Amino acid sequence: MSAYGISLLSVVGLNVILAVSLNMISGFCGQISLGHGAFYGAGAYAAALALIAGAGVAAALICGSAAAAILGTIVGFASLRVRSDFLAVTTIGVSFLFTGFVRKQAWLGGEMGISNIPGSGFGAMGNMIMILLFAAVTVAFSFYIGRSWMGFAFRAVSQDEDAAKTLGVNVGAYKLAAFAIGTALAGLAGALYAFFTQFITADTFDFILSVMLMAMVVIGGVGSTAGVVIAAILLTLLPEAIRFVNNYRLLVFGGLLVLVIRLAPGGIAGLARRLAWSTAKQ
Amino acid sequence: MYYIDLAVSGLSFGCMYAMMAVGLTLVYGLLRILHVAHAAIFALGAYITVLVANASGSVGFGLLAAIAVTPLFGMAVYRLLYEPLLSYRPDVPMIASVGLLVLMQDAFRIAFGEQGVTFQHNAYAFRIFDIAGVRVNAVQIAMLVCAIVVFAGLHFFTTHTRIGIGWRATVSRPRIATSFGVDAVRVRYLNFAIGSALAALAGGLVGLLNNLVDPVIGYVVSYKALAIIVLGGLGSVRGTLIASLVLGMVESYGTIFVGTWLNRDAIAFVALIALLMIRPQGFSGARTA
Repeated sequence: MSAYGISLLSVVGLNVILAVSLNMISGFCGQISLGHGAFYGAGAYAAALALIAGAGVAAALICGSAAAAILGTIVGFASLRVRSDFLAVTTIGVSFLFTGFVRKQAWLGGEMGISNIPGSGFGAMGNMIMILLFAAVTVAFSFYIGRSWMGFAFRAVSQDEDAAKTLGVNVGAYKLAAFAIGTALAGLAGALYAFFTQFITADTFDFILSVMLMAMVVIGGVGSTAGVVIAAILLTLLPEAIRFVNNYRLLVFGGLLVLVIRLAPGGIAGLARRLAWSTAKQ
Repeated sequence: MYYIDLAVSGLSFGCMYAMMAVGLTLVYGLLRILHVAHAAIFALGAYITVLVANASGSVGFGLLAAIAVTPLFGMAVYRLLYEPLLSYRPDVPMIASVGLLVLMQDAFRIAFGEQGVTFQHNAYAFRIFDIAGVRVNAVQIAMLVCAIVVFAGLHFFTTHTRIGIGWRATVSRPRIATSFGVDAVRVRYLNFAIGSALAALAGGLVGLLNNLVDPVIGYVVSYKALAIIVLGGLGSVRGTLIASLVLGMVESYGTIFVGTWLNRDAIAFVALIALLMIRPQGFSGARTA
């Protein structure tokens, strides 16, 4: 396999983890987060620091997930105070704060970022396999959560918080759980990213990335694991497959986001469901 | 004199924020939508200003063109994007709005280049007045004057004309206003038109001040404006005005006091997050967030 293919598949795997984990927070549990990139970044920075301090691969992965989950749980508390669009604004704030803070920190490399991060020792191919394995586990985990009691509770919180509360669902605890799980997975992706590039800067984890991840979730179909996986793969490969799209990436993502919300709010999953329905009727 | 220079810069930025944010807070007051793409209209205004100014050789002509064209665009955004989404949860139109912002900013980059467009004849950006030892840029004075004229005009319009009173009535009590014969939909169009024109004016002035209009001109401003309207109590023009000036000042002085560990643009978000956590309903208490 060519070096290009390996790096492309690695990026696909990372985006699948990120989109699926965002879908747990925003899709399953309905807590709109436009700052998912910040948790990805927190994971990457924590893993990079751990690796430089001499930690092994497993320790770096744990460090990355833990750092992101801690940050994520703190942000999760915000979801107990504010709802819907105001939670979205708060998470946008988190995203800008993260990049604004990291850029000014000398111990995090400042504007220059952290380079020469020790590798995993698996080589590019090994890294790719590790990323894809974790992506597969994340997707399986997401399917499992979707069918579990927790998934039901998430959906209840998402659809009508007050009704869920009346039914005895501990709304706050489930929101925090969604944030903790989703951001831990984003941190895991961050740690994998640190292995993959061995070089990180704050700009990689900016607000635009968070918007792109949200675009993947919305285009895939909010709350549908399969749809989001398909969207993450397609939207990562599309700019590579069609060369001119690469230059117009944000234009295409923004345009798709607007069109999908406006014309097919169910995304890919919704379209598939409608198609299955109409064929079943005939 | 350094501190006074900072105050001048803070004040002029505050005026710019106020012109940018007033349309946003009124859109929120009317529709309960966080109109993030307002920043794209700000950028559109800046681009129209620079392009027309370069083509015609007159900066004033550029600003006029921006003020004339952007209201049409603002009304189109309402009609094509927000109106069909009004029945959804408020985060749906907001995400669509973010999508539109990203799309438009990238369209500007593709159409006019990564480096942006500079003014060819911009005498104002480099004309510095020395008032009792304080150095003031001509564009900063223009920002101040524009903001005073705009807000005085808005005040007159909303207190002394029938249309303006109807507008105000619809923002505070849409149903009662409708039952008194105010056409709520036309008020929305009016609101988008005026808000967009003010954002375009602010965008054009920022372009003049920097002597450059680049594709990222709207990004940071957009989220700052969100911070301002939350700080100002959503839907309140007076609160927005105060919050804009306060943010302009805090940023101006903040760069010397906290600039070593946090960049200038992040200050607004610290304030925003802190306020949302302490008082999710905003200062005015008008809204349940």
